[in-house]
This record gives sequence, C-alpha cells and structure tokens, in this order.
Amino acid sequence: MLGNFDFDVIRRSLPYLFYEGMTFTLTLTALSALGGLIFGTAIALMRLSGYKTLGRIAGLYVDFMRSLPLVLVIFWFYFLVPYIGQWLTGASRPISVGAFASSLITFIMFEAAYFSEIMRAGIQSISRGQPAAANALGLTYAQTMRYVVLPQAFRNMLPVLLTQTIVLFQDTSLVYVLSIPDFLGAASKVAQRDGRLVEMYLFAAFVYFTISCVASFGVRRLQSRIAIIR
Amino acid sequence: MIEISHVDKWYSSAFQVLKDCTTSVAKGEVVVVCGPSGSGKSTLIKCVNALEPFQKGDITVDGTKVNDPKTNLPKLRARVGMVFQHFELFPHLKIIDNLCLAQEKVLGRGHDKSVTKAMMLLDRVGLKEHAQKFPAQLSGGQQQRVAIARALAMDPIAMLFDEPTSALDPEMISEVLDVMVDLAREGMTMMVVTHEMGFARKVANRVIFMDRGEIVEDAPKDDFFGKPRSDRAQKFLSKILSH
Amino acid sequence: MNYNWNWGIFFQPNPMGTGTYLDLLLSGLALTLETAVLAWIIALVTGSIVGVMRTLPSKGAYWFGFAYVEFFRNMPLLVQLFLWFFVLPEILPRAAGLWLKQLPNAPFWTASIGVGLFMSARVAVQLQAGIGSLPRGQKQAATALGLTTVQGYRYVLLPMAFRIILPPLTSEFLNTIKNTAVAITIGLLELTGQARSMQEFSFQVFEAFTAATILYLLVNAVVVTGMRILERYVAIPGYITGK
Repeated sequence: MLGNFDFDVIRRSLPYLFYEGMTFTLTLTALSALGGLIFGTAIALMRLSGYKTLGRIAGLYVDFMRSLPLVLVIFWFYFLVPYIGQWLTGASRPISVGAFASSLITFIMFEAAYFSEIMRAGIQSISRGQPAAANALGLTYAQTMRYVVLPQAFRNMLPVLLTQTIVLFQDTSLVYVLSIPDFLGAASKVAQRDGRLVEMYLFAAFVYFTISCVASFGVRRLQSRIAIIR
Repeated sequence: MIEISHVDKWYSSAFQVLKDCTTSVAKGEVVVVCGPSGSGKSTLIKCVNALEPFQKGDITVDGTKVNDPKTNLPKLRARVGMVFQHFELFPHLKIIDNLCLAQEKVLGRGHDKSVTKAMMLLDRVGLKEHAQKFPAQLSGGQQQRVAIARALAMDPIAMLFDEPTSALDPEMISEVLDVMVDLAREGMTMMVVTHEMGFARKVANRVIFMDRGEIVEDAPKDDFFGKPRSDRAQKFLSKILSH
Repeated sequence: MNYNWNWGIFFQPNPMGTGTYLDLLLSGLALTLETAVLAWIIALVTGSIVGVMRTLPSKGAYWFGFAYVEFFRNMPLLVQLFLWFFVLPEILPRAAGLWLKQLPNAPFWTASIGVGLFMSARVAVQLQAGIGSLPRGQKQAATALGLTTVQGYRYVLLPMAFRIILPPLTSEFLNTIKNTAVAITIGLLELTGQARSMQEFSFQVFEAFTAATILYLLVNAVVVTGMRILERYVAIPGYITGK
C-alpha cells in the first residue's frame, strides 16, 4: 500500500539520479539523434541515388535493422564492438570500449535506419522542380542536395524527426539490460539497494512521463506553427 | 547558339516523346515553341540544358555538346538560364538569397558582388523592396519575375522559358510578359515554350509548332501566323486564337 | 577475429535438460509469438475502443482518449513493465497484491498486458487517423439513412477505416513482436532471452544471436507476407487502400 510511501529516498537520491543517470540518458539521446540523423541522411541519399546496388544495400540495412528488437541489437553491438575494435586497430585481444561508447554506437546504427526513412520521405516530398531548378542554375549534385534539397527536407520533417527523438529518449532506457546506470538504471540501483522499488519506479515513470509530455507538446506547437507558414 | 539535330527520346520502349527533332536558335534570336499539351515541347526545351536525357541525336549549345559524357554539365547550365512553369524558387531562402546562391556557389562570386548584382536585377524586374521576403510571401507573378532575375544573375548567354505564364492567374501574366519582351528587345537569345501568341507576334523571330513529339512547323513569325502549312497547326491556332 | 566459431553448438544438449540449444531457442520463439499474439489482441481491442472515443463528438470521450494515449505513449515500455510487475502488486490491497505475486507465469501475463496496453495507444492513434481520413459525408450519409452512431461506426466507418490503416497496423504488429523482447527484463524467456541464456551457458555469443536474428527475420517475412494476402483479400475493387 502507499501508506508507507517514502519520499525521502527519492530526495536523497536526486543528485545521483540526475547528475549521473539523467546526464547519461540525455547525452546518449542527443548524440545518438545527431549521429543517427547524419548517418540516416547518408543512407537515404544512397537509396535515392539511382545506383541500383548502392540503393539495394542501403535498403537491406534499413529493413534488417527495423526487423530486429532493439534489445537484441543492444546485445549484438555490446559483444561485437570489442571485436570490431580489435579488427580495426589490429590489437591482439578484443578491446573494451566502455558502456557509453558501446551504447552510443548501437543507438546511432539502430536509429539511422529509422531516421533514414524519415529523411527519405522528406526528400521525396519535395517537388522534382526544385532539384531541376538548382541544376538549371549550374549547381552540382552535391550543391543541390546541400543548399536546396536537404534544408527543405529537414525543415519539413523537423516535427517527425523530433518525435522520433522522443521515442529514442524513451528507448535509451533499454541500456538497462547491460546494467548501465542511465536514468532508469540509476533509479533501479537505488531501488534494489534500499528495497524501495515502488517509490523509485513510480518516480522514474513520473520523470520520463513529464519530459516526454513537455517535449511532445513542444513538437505539436512547432508543427502548428510550420503549418501556418506553409 | 543552340543546335538541335535529329533528337529522339523514349520514356519507355513503347512511348516515344521526341521524334527526330531538328531546329536551331541563332544568337540574339527569339524562338517560340507552341503546341498542344503532351506534344513534347517542354521535354524538348529541357533537353537543351540536359535536365532531360535523350537517347539519339545531338544538341550543342555555344559549341558545347550537351550529350557528351565529358561535358561539365553544371558549367554549361550555369551559362544557360532557365525559367520554370512553377517558378521553383527555393522556399527556404529569402528572395535575395535565391538570387545569390548560384552566383556564389557556382560562379564563385563574392557575397557583396552577388548582392549588388541581385539588387540591380530585382530593381529591373520592379521587386527591389521585396528582397528580404520569402518566396511564399509574394504573388505568383512576382515570384516568376524573381525567377527570371535569378536566371539573369548568372549572366546567361541564352534563356530557356518553360511555359512561364501558364501557372499564373490571368491578371499577373502581363507583368511577366513585359519583363520578357524587354529582355527580347535587348537582344537576349531566347527559346520560349508558351501559348501566349501575343508575345510571339510581338517579339518572336520564328515559331515552332510541335505535335506528338514531332516538329511539325518551323517558320518565321509572319509566315506562321499568315499561312501555316500544316492542318494540325491551323487547328491548334484556331483553337487558341478563337477567344 | 580470433573467435572460436562452433555452429555445431545448436545440436548439443542444453544444460536445462530440455533438449538441444536449438530447442531452447525454438521454445523462446514460441513464447515470443504467444506473448505477441495475446498482446496484439489486447492492443487491437482496447486501441479500437479508445481510437473510436477520440473521434466521438463527446468532449468527455475525446479527453479520456487523449489522456489514455498520452499516458501510454510518454513512458518507456520498460518502465511500464516495471510498474505492472514490481509496483502494482505493492499498491493494491494486500490480498490482491499477494494473489498477483503468486500468479504462475507472472512474467508472461505482465508482458502480454503491458506490451498490449503500450501498443493499444498506437493502434488508437492509427484508427483515429483512419477514421479522420474518411470523407465527412460518410458519417453524415450514415446518419441520414437513420443509422445510430454505433451502427454507423459498425457498418460504415470502421470497415473502411480498418482497411485504410491495414498497412500501418502491419508494422504495429511487427513492433508488438519486437517489443516482447523488452520483457527479458522481467524474466520472460522469450527468443532474445533464450539467445542470451544460450550465450551465458555456452559462451557462443555470435552463434546464439545470429540464430535469434534469423528467426526474427523469418517471423517478419511471414507476417509481412500474411498481411499482404489479407490486404488483397479485403481490398475493395476500384478503391486504392493505404499507402
């Protein structure tokens, strides 16, 4: 029952939860979103490049990633990255890269598949006259993408990209399976140590809920503002 | 200036959009291309700056072969201005930046020089005070005038117009045509796909009539309006001139 | 890569005494599918109810639907599972809590219901969009014919809306299957969980995960094919659904 709900355990663990846990979660979210967007845009450009093989490889990558549960992908990279590191550096043993780097690589590779689909839709939503006009002015393919197509695709898709980032923010909690102290991991650690599961998990839920709610409210406002400008 | 010889283009093996098209535009000449919709006139003009590929024949612009794989297309296109049916201003850039982008990125012009040039041209099309606005804040006619200025900013040796007035409300057509007439009178080499026969009468040297992918008629303006030789051209003219 | 591959591992007995390692993985797959199907039924039923509520003229129903969707969408699935699994039994009256804790297969029921409710919010959003995409006249026509609101939804709106959202529902079903893997955290030994335990027992990390990956890909392929057939089966002649 909630009769002996202990607020104090939350108060006492706040510095740990936020300085350690939430910092990890937010840094991981921000860097993964950035990396995922860059890598995802590259994949989208590959798919739309018109080179059949390149497009097919990119398509396979996206389909492959989107068919697998994130938890499995987290395990995959957790065990695979040390071997890749060894192979890249020529070291004699698998190199340990640390929890943060491993999760970051995982989320960038995983989210790239999802961001690439958003960017692809964004690029395709631009009328074909736009690249034609840019070409007619003498802009090269790269310049056309850089100055004309991608800025518009990014702007049109900004609400969707941000919504995906909120999903990503929630998904980072899954690094729990590697016993990494992200926000949920930190809350869980305190919960087990002090035997206060109810308090800590309710508080964690409340924090995730509040942040996601505020963020999606912001996205909705942005969306309606963009809708007016168009 | 523009030489088109025996150009064939297929969309698929079954559908041929251009059939053995041959014509030319001399320096300083204004050539109007007309014909029913689907006749291939827009496709033909887009082949001139290689926006559309074609399978057979040759097109040369100022001595440069367009369909040669070794041709530096961006460089060629930078010298040929093009104006589109739907304006195709870049909606995320201010008017002034629409005019400066290619000057800076393609011609490598400095920013100040580009801005000066842009403002001069905006003044010329009567839109100087709109330089800081975004395209969506302008009317269709104004946007098309900006698009013409954007093409002129590249100091083109020739201009291609692809139905520049057909997406405009009637009351905005003349403001765009006026700019084009001025341009023609200054001696710009122009190839214009349009149904505006008034424009053709005023400034064209020659009129080309296309139907079903073929150039059916290619005649000096007075001959074309006086006594078109083909049935199809006569029918077409009577349809669009009857109102 | 100095890793000792041993693909024969699948045919060696697993330490649980339940046959080979392959059997272990297949039992995980079966549990994944059972959990996913139960979760999907819950998601479809509750999601449809909530989705319809969001389209009703009643303010109360709309706000309930809104709050429901926001509640389940704005918390990580993992946290939701923890709430159901660790928190709910503690905050219920003692007797009910005790009953929950002693429930056999608690991880299975928690995962099915937890994933089901999580997905129901997404189904609700899809259905609301599907109903919203129908022409307004449909609802009015149903009312004009004398159908009650319930009948209107049952016979006119929902049959069309579900056809329209079939493709997005396919991906939501696939998401449901993938999301059951999160239940590894509450001790459900579904496919990912069994791959993980195989890795822990046998140290053959990559064989275990490769096998799980292939099984997930197969399930995906089967579901996608099945839904294609269903789409074709329910398609209305002359009406292009979805996409």
